[in-house]
Amino acid sequence: MTPAGEDADREAWAELFGLAAPASEEAPARRGLFRRLRENLTTPRQTISPQLAGIFAPKLLTPATWEELEDALITADVGVETTMDLVEELRGEAEEGRITSGADLSRALWEAVAARMATEPARIPLTGSPTVILIVGVNGSGKTTTVGKLAHRLAQLDRKVVIGAADTFRAAAIDQLAVWAERSGAHFVRQSQGADPGAVAFDAVASGRARGADAVLIDTAGRLQTQHNLMEELRKVAAVVGKVDPAAPHEVLLVLDATTGQNGLSQARLFDQAADLSGVVLTKADGTAKGGIAVAIRRDLGIPVKLVGSGERLEDLQPFDARAFARAIFSPEG
Amino acid sequence: MFDALTDKLQGVFSGLRGRGKLTESDIDQAMRAIRLSLLEADVSLPVVKQLTTAIAERAKGAEVMESLTPDQQVVKIVSEELTALMGEANVALPLASKPPTIVLMAGLQGSGKTTCAAKLARHFTSQGRAPMLVACDVHRPAAAEQLAVLGEQIGVPVHREDGTDAPAIARRGVEAARRGGRDLVIIDTAGRLSIDEEMMAELARVRDAVDPTSVVLVLDAMTGQTAVEVASAFAEAVHVDGVALTKLDGDARGGAALSVRAVTGLPILFVGTGEKLDALEPFHPDRMASRILGMGDVLSLVEKAQATVEIGDAQALEKKIRGGSLTLEDFLEQMTQVRKMGPMSQVLGMIPGFRSVAKAKDVEVDDRQLDRIEAIIHSMTPSERRHPEIINGSRRRRIASGSGTSVQEVNQLLSQFKQMRKLMKQMGRGGLPALFGSPTAP
Repeated sequence: MTPAGEDADREAWAELFGLAAPASEEAPARRGLFRRLRENLTTPRQTISPQLAGIFAPKLLTPATWEELEDALITADVGVETTMDLVEELRGEAEEGRITSGADLSRALWEAVAARMATEPARIPLTGSPTVILIVGVNGSGKTTTVGKLAHRLAQLDRKVVIGAADTFRAAAIDQLAVWAERSGAHFVRQSQGADPGAVAFDAVASGRARGADAVLIDTAGRLQTQHNLMEELRKVAAVVGKVDPAAPHEVLLVLDATTGQNGLSQARLFDQAADLSGVVLTKADGTAKGGIAVAIRRDLGIPVKLVGSGERLEDLQPFDARAFARAIFSPEG
Repeated sequence: MFDALTDKLQGVFSGLRGRGKLTESDIDQAMRAIRLSLLEADVSLPVVKQLTTAIAERAKGAEVMESLTPDQQVVKIVSEELTALMGEANVALPLASKPPTIVLMAGLQGSGKTTCAAKLARHFTSQGRAPMLVACDVHRPAAAEQLAVLGEQIGVPVHREDGTDAPAIARRGVEAARRGGRDLVIIDTAGRLSIDEEMMAELARVRDAVDPTSVVLVLDAMTGQTAVEVASAFAEAVHVDGVALTKLDGDARGGAALSVRAVTGLPILFVGTGEKLDALEPFHPDRMASRILGMGDVLSLVEKAQATVEIGDAQALEKKIRGGSLTLEDFLEQMTQVRKMGPMSQVLGMIPGFRSVAKAKDVEVDDRQLDRIEAIIHSMTPSERRHPEIINGSRRRRIASGSGTSVQEVNQLLSQFKQMRKLMKQMGRGGLPALFGSPTAP
């Protein structure tokens, strides 16, 4: 990454965590972030665009345009209901003469998507002492990696971090996280495999308190949202954390694989019921996987995306910017 | 696994039921509902279009329009079309004519390759083969460690090395298997994004290094519209032979399975249905189709029961039941065997109609309740288990405190058991009619 890119990166993260922004000007930073997102989401250029380009190309809108738009949105996993809702809104605007060309439609589409995903910039303010962030999700969504990258970002901003390895189920999950903790220099709280995850979470928060840490990141075991017993266990982990600090957990983030289809709604709903989600981390949004289900989750459940990840590299996880994201995915110009 | 789709289709057809003959617009309405359900089930859009066109064409034919039971006719057509799309028969993983058979696992990050590799190894062990696992995920931290732990759990040797040369590790793994007389090698690889050309090239190098008998693509059942693209990308890069569908025990509607099969022609070889390492089942397209239509999955249930219950034991038990000499010991053993088949909610879900009944009556199958019953019986002495009638008040209190339950719960279990024994005695004497209207046993 270029030095300018690094600065932009750093600034975006400082903003996310509600930390004082460095002295540099805002405009170049925004552009840097925007470029990065677009790069991540469009390499190689394989977004929804080929399909959308065809729709937006004609100067005039035809009845077929709407059907094609509908297909394009469904193909992006936005879901039938949200798709109908979006198409209807755009159609209404066209009937009132505000959309007359393909170019108008393109802009109106990504703006409508952005408006549905967020009304304000994503924030994870570090207001707690320490701020406790619980990371939850189904198996294989990328929880452990997300914890590792978050820890690294916080460390870069000179924050003191404690990581709690509460995934005591999956073989070697603790070892995987230990590697990340070492990389970021975070204090690592662990017990043996099979230990009570609530106890690990409790220890991590207590340890964060004693050390005067800024943030405690708690990794949990992957579980399918329909596994009643495991969801109850998660409820307990959240409750146990609250015994150390009634305000904790300050953030509960659902890690959601961008390749997920309509099941993502069920994930968000049931995890929200068990642990009261504050946001979504959309991982593996690489261009093929568009993560359109996140639009439906925000629309139906009001849970916003806070972070978006597009790959394995550390810099592939970024604070979520709804406009940049919507534009990268739903605009043929990228 | 196709619960939601099942519910939807039943909704459509209950609307049509009892109205006699259909009009063309009725059928259009049903098709719209089917289209919606399939899309919500993540069946890919081109496949949905193909399916609904085919179904509508047949539904508008004389066989449905003039039928007195048009809903059943449509259900039949949908079932046939779905089954046809998913492939006709249960496809087995091909084995090498000259051992060892080499299986290469490939897939996106987080699809469940490592767990699936271990499940596959366990599956072949239970078939009397001697597998070996090779850890070639050199990218994710501690991936090899994870495979090593899983290998130990199932008693299968794992070849692992430090270093990042995946093709070389794979080749040496196969050599080690040959030397050790193993007849099956399962190679776990790193997860990759389908658009990451570098990683796809690495996978191709691993393949070239070992020349696998087959390449299995591990696919998450929760995958959305990208499933076909992903499968095609892997098929193009490394020539995939079949698909293992994972995480099917959740409420994922699993349309991905249908799409991948329909578009790429790749057979679904296995499905993963749980966290435990024995939760891997062969895929049966016909059963899946009947499952979509709410017919339950009795065949899978029967197979599961046969795999877990010893025939001799079952006969001895039957004798006891008929003689009315069933003890709490037998009951406990019976319960343990049923539970070996998997979580009760999953086992019961295979019984036709159970799902809708459970939903209507708001029944929740709670495995913890069974845990409590087990705990109560475990807290009894052997003679109490054989002669529950000797359990008096003070014994009840001891059992309750020993099992962490209450005296009421112990009482409930004992009285239910007594009723069950009485009932079974009547059955044994051929008094089957007496069963109807009787209170049910646990």
